Amino acid sequence: MPYITDFTPLAALGGGVFIGLAASLLILGAGKVAGISGILGGLLRHEAGDVAWRWAFVAGLAAAPLAFAWAWPLGRPHMEAMPLVLMLGGVLVGFGTRLGGGCTSGHGVCGLARLSPRSFVATGVFVATAVVTVFVVRHVVGPW
Amino acid sequence: MRSLVAFVSGLVFGLGLLLAGMFDPAKIVSFLDVAGHWDPSLALVLFAAVATAFPAFRIAARRSHALSGARMALPATTRIDARLVVGSGLFGLGWGLSGFCPGPAVVAMVIEPFSVAPFLLGMVAGMVAFEWREKRLATHLAAAGASTPSPEPVKE
Repeated sequence: MPYITDFTPLAALGGGVFIGLAASLLILGAGKVAGISGILGGLLRHEAGDVAWRWAFVAGLAAAPLAFAWAWPLGRPHMEAMPLVLMLGGVLVGFGTRLGGGCTSGHGVCGLARLSPRSFVATGVFVATAVVTVFVVRHVVGPW
Repeated sequence: MRSLVAFVSGLVFGLGLLLAGMFDPAKIVSFLDVAGHWDPSLALVLFAAVATAFPAFRIAARRSHALSGARMALPATTRIDARLVVGSGLFGLGWGLSGFCPGPAVVAMVIEPFSVAPFLLGMVAGMVAFEWREKRLATHLAAAGASTPSPEPVKE
């Protein structure tokens, strides 16, 4: 069954400002683009002097639910896809973001903020492909 | 210093995802499901994030070094090629199937390790496969005596 979610404009804008501040801090403070697929993928390359900051960023990301739960009730993620499909999705996301040079954060947030034509193309392509995929899954072949 | 900045940035990024509900695949799929009960929240998240980060990237473009003293590492590639389009297409397919992209998956993994693990395992496998393919391509090019270097993937 598809999970229904409602439009939450204030939370969306507030969360977006946090994400924008995080990207600003990383570029001005550390000179790095907050692209999470690139940060994770770079960990597989073991380049000397280029590992610690990546783990630190991932640790901050992983610490966020603990910090959040301290002040607000923590929601739960709802997965519609069964585990095998979830895993296939993961393989496509892992390979695709590395080949395309970025994901929702690198191309979507940082790339658009830099007015990078590459990122406008990438974001248009992955949003369009994802919209078509969800349409087929939910309305053509039916829910999993 | 650089790692401290990275930790705080990751923390604030994760708090933003949690506040906006973007760690939940249901919220993502509801945005992508334009023919269903459409939830446009993600568009506002992206808009606010881009608008907030815009001035920082304007400043960064004019500077050679970050505050920590590290060299400013902005992507230099401007080529719109098959790698960009095919890669983004595969990503979109996986994003639509799972409702996850890399950041939210890390955050959700902490909340529900067992149900999110298949996605993260798949994602790491996909990234390992990419590195393996890159190495093989580089070896082939070197063996063929090609003078042009293989295109460097841009870290964004």
